[in-house]
Amino acid sequence: MQQDFYIKDWVKIKDGKISNSKSEIFNSSEKNLDFFLKSVYDFLELKYPKFHKMDGLSKLGILGTEILFRKNSISTDTALILSNNASSLETDRQFQESTKTFASPALFVYTLPNIVLGEVSIKFKLQSENAFFIAESFNAELLKNYTESLLTSGKSSEVLCGWLNLQNGEYDVFLCLISPEINISFSEESLKNLYFAEND
Amino acid sequence: MKKLYLLDDAIISPLGFSIEENISAIREGKSGLQLQQKPEITENSFYAGIIDESPLNDAFKAIRNPKKYTKLEKMMLLAVQQILNKNPNLNLAETALVITTTKGNINLLKDPGNFLEIRLKLSELGKVIANFFGFILKPIIVSNACISGGLGLAVTRRLGSIGKLKNALVVGGDLVSDFVVSGFNSFQALSQEACKPFSRDRNGISLGEAAAAMLVSIDKPESSGNIALIGDSTVNDANHISGPSRTGEGLYQSIQKALKEASISTTEINFLSAHGTATIYNDEMESMAFHRSGLQNTPLHSLKGYFGHTLGASALIESIVTKHSMLKNHLYSSKNFGELGVSKSLNIIQQNGEKQINYALKTASGFGGCNLALVFKKE
Amino acid sequence: MINLQTELKESIIEQLNLEDVEPADIGNDEPLFGDGLGLDSIDALELIVLLEKDYGIKLTDPAQSREIFVSINKMAEFIEANRTK
Repeated sequence: MQQDFYIKDWVKIKDGKISNSKSEIFNSSEKNLDFFLKSVYDFLELKYPKFHKMDGLSKLGILGTEILFRKNSISTDTALILSNNASSLETDRQFQESTKTFASPALFVYTLPNIVLGEVSIKFKLQSENAFFIAESFNAELLKNYTESLLTSGKSSEVLCGWLNLQNGEYDVFLCLISPEINISFSEESLKNLYFAEND
Repeated sequence: MKKLYLLDDAIISPLGFSIEENISAIREGKSGLQLQQKPEITENSFYAGIIDESPLNDAFKAIRNPKKYTKLEKMMLLAVQQILNKNPNLNLAETALVITTTKGNINLLKDPGNFLEIRLKLSELGKVIANFFGFILKPIIVSNACISGGLGLAVTRRLGSIGKLKNALVVGGDLVSDFVVSGFNSFQALSQEACKPFSRDRNGISLGEAAAAMLVSIDKPESSGNIALIGDSTVNDANHISGPSRTGEGLYQSIQKALKEASISTTEINFLSAHGTATIYNDEMESMAFHRSGLQNTPLHSLKGYFGHTLGASALIESIVTKHSMLKNHLYSSKNFGELGVSKSLNIIQQNGEKQINYALKTASGFGGCNLALVFKKE
Repeated sequence: MINLQTELKESIIEQLNLEDVEPADIGNDEPLFGDGLGLDSIDALELIVLLEKDYGIKLTDPAQSREIFVSINKMAEFIEANRTK
């Protein structure tokens, strides 16, 4: 018999607003990305100096997972499956700009979309399965299928999956924690409904 | 988990535009690496494997107008075309397209030439390839640093195991762009000589560009003598985003999990295709992980001395060469190896040889702390 | 006029995004890597860029950088002896 999986919790970060499965938890009118990210860092009372060295994509990933993992205890084999449209293009542009004078190694290291998976793994000590996918738009079908393949094969006991996009200073983050614990049913449909729902 | 059968493959590299040319170049010890000068990036010369665009255009003319496609697209399209030519009955309506790359058309960021800027996005690369051949299913694009090419095979097997796909074309490619040359140069990671994996005098990587494609299937082919992927695992080091783990923990765990899934022991592995980038810390890390896994006597090579480090294509290319090694029972030498320069002993292949290869292990590691292990079986 | 040590501390804080660190927090002989300021290998590479950008010093041997980036005083000493701007 096929095992069922559930959405244990989720978090969304978009247009200055942060919400999870229970309620809206943060709201800011700050338009500047760096200032917004710093205000969330302060709001969460994070003490993680490395955060300030990260690029925008990794900062968004750290803030999103921090919100999810604070509320939900996680096992060290929780897999990380993220996807987006812009890859690391925001940082790619900054690095390209730096090459006109002095190419910056601290920027170059962030010119891969999966670096955020490394940052999250370090912060939460996850020695687990990782994959980063690129898609034209929110790819519920692939996220659902790949998550299911990791859970049914026993490669992971839980999966963090979602969409983490940053382009031209605009961010769109939707992360879900998937587990066998009974909660919101996990399907392509439910992922889409949550992703496209307005939270006001 | 089901097995994933490796059916057909193609490599487009400086060593040649066909699988036969690439394999025979390796057998003959030829390298695609050549001395390069890029004074606008670095005053030092360095070695890299770069594909000459004029023969590439000549080869591409046979299928379409080369002006309409970027260099990387031409390489990847040629690789796929070769496989389709050999498999005319493949039903593209139910064949998945899995694309693996780190930077895709990143060279367009500096100079888009005649192309629209959107062309540098990886999702566009997927579209170009899918539309060119008429793939129906949405392309699956994997961009996970230097394990991408091998991870593409694992992703395909995993999705196939739960019935989400049957056949797939896994395509990998990356360029030696000014972008990555500048980056690795800023990391002081470029060797001024052709790279020397696992050697005492190794001092960095040589970059390479290539595209590769592999036709794979969950269904067992009717003919005998097949190679199948029977175990796969990725484990993050959770240690540092660019520095390899000193203990090789993530790679060690990846190897253990992949072997466990394949239900075989270390001693059954007849051949190991390592990552072997020839940086001081990567090769050292691998030696730790291999030693901890009991693989110190297993014959191993790195192919970076032939192709250079082809980034998102490397683990796919190396899996393809592993497949041909297994089918022919050939061990190919690890090019540019001199004297062992890692702290744990390893059995580096110094001369081509013959050996019955029933099981092989392919490993890869990359920025972001990612590691990958794949176990292949001949049956 | 601020001295070279203070100038270095300010540019290190800026270049390496050391939020919440003031120049006064960094001791002249305090180790920059490991237990001291806790810098890592990417920071070391950025410091190599800083030496070239601000002082016209090109370091090509990573081993050499390990001897220089020991402390603010060591760095200042090396810069005084080798600067071209």
